[in-house]
Amino acid sequence: MYISIEKVSKAFTLKDKSTLTVLDKVDLYIKEGESICLLGPSGCGKSTLLNLIAGFDTPSTGTIKIDGDTVTQPSIDRIVIFQNYGLLPWRNVIKNVELGLEAKKLKRKERRRIAEEYIKLVGLSDYKKHHPPQLSGGMQQRVALARALAVEPKILLMDEPFGALDAMTRMHMQDEIERIWQEKKKTIIFVTHDIEEAVFLADRIVIMTPSPGRVKTIIEVPLPRKRDRTSLDFLKIKDKVFTEFNLK
Amino acid sequence: MGKIVKVLKVISSLALFVGIWELIVLTGRYEPSLLPSPVKVLEGMGELVKDGTLITHFKVSLSRFITGYAMAIITGISLGLVLGYNKKVWEFVEPVVQLLRPVSPIAWFPFIVLWFGIGDVPAIIIIFIAGFFPTLLSTVSGVRKVDPVYLNVANNFGIRQPHLLFKIILPAAFPMIANGLHIALGTAWVFLVAGEMVGAQSGLGYLIIDSRNSLRSDLVLAGIIFIGISGLVLDRLIKLL
Repeated sequence: MYISIEKVSKAFTLKDKSTLTVLDKVDLYIKEGESICLLGPSGCGKSTLLNLIAGFDTPSTGTIKIDGDTVTQPSIDRIVIFQNYGLLPWRNVIKNVELGLEAKKLKRKERRRIAEEYIKLVGLSDYKKHHPPQLSGGMQQRVALARALAVEPKILLMDEPFGALDAMTRMHMQDEIERIWQEKKKTIIFVTHDIEEAVFLADRIVIMTPSPGRVKTIIEVPLPRKRDRTSLDFLKIKDKVFTEFNLK
Repeated sequence: MGKIVKVLKVISSLALFVGIWELIVLTGRYEPSLLPSPVKVLEGMGELVKDGTLITHFKVSLSRFITGYAMAIITGISLGLVLGYNKKVWEFVEPVVQLLRPVSPIAWFPFIVLWFGIGDVPAIIIIFIAGFFPTLLSTVSGVRKVDPVYLNVANNFGIRQPHLLFKIILPAAFPMIANGLHIALGTAWVFLVAGEMVGAQSGLGYLIIDSRNSLRSDLVLAGIIFIGISGLVLDRLIKLL
């Protein structure tokens, strides 16, 4: 399996010396090129799990392996996209996209060329010289996406990437991710609490429950792409997810 | 329109101040050496400008100021970056810094003279001390307040030291550092004059002491006004950065 998460638990020690178990023996196997959604209410450990896969933190017990190698630290092969974009406000759009390329040994011209290519991919060519605070939330997230894709990671990890956007912009961004995913064939793991977003984007939806965070069920979404948010099949899957959360 | 109103406000404020001053002088029958009249002070200012005294002293003061301030910001920022980034070292150093910070730089004067003699150096050291602490503390707190997301992003993209420092931490902390530099500038200018009053044979501070020694209170006030004006100009200049 491409990504294997085996019996992963994560506990934090609180100030009063008690321990808080955020993840409890999570098993999850992900194929290369799959789009996986971690779905659940806040406190279910979905962001923690994403951070562990990213390598920002290590599991208390259990292991996470990617392509056979245990994850111990962050890597440029798997880039995280944050809810608040994580753009550097003192750099303009093109310089932000170049950030990740600077660690690679590339000539300045080559860097610029790649950055421009990815800015074009996310449709921001007219905003190259703008600084992040001058852009809307959706545009900033596109910049973050271009920056992530520019280093050609194998895996994209998205932590509630559209959580700060309004409903319409959010759907446009979902379309955008769908298009790029089709074009670039990345493995995508994203965290969300938006059920529709999960059904629209994921091959499989991993439903998690809180305190401690566990995988409750995994729902397959065998719908063809690009999915129609109003089709009957789409609604049926949405229905299934609602049932899992006892929201019906 | 707004600009004209602003300039008018400044002029009328100054005019009112000088008017009250003149009125006090005219009605109070004070000894002129105790409270010189505005006209007398203006004449004194003209005198200082004309015979070149002012520009000579101003140049000396400014070069001391630039030397001391530059030393303060270079050491303050570089130490601040290191200490802000190494939490444990900072926890160890902070008590000493907090102990030394409230001490007026002038208090060090006896030692400064013993160690560095007289001349330009004591004034420069005093400016250095005055500018160093605000720069250091604002840099440390600027570095410590860098949004952890930036560090995660850098880590994710494989940006290691020293690039991490120059590409992420320094620019992220810069607004706070700039604020510290601004405070340091004001403090340093205040202590420049103080330093020159106790230890120097030239400069704007010395000009005041010298005028006092020759019982020219009009020149004392003229010197004070020049110090105020140049401090204000420096303050505006750094705000442009």
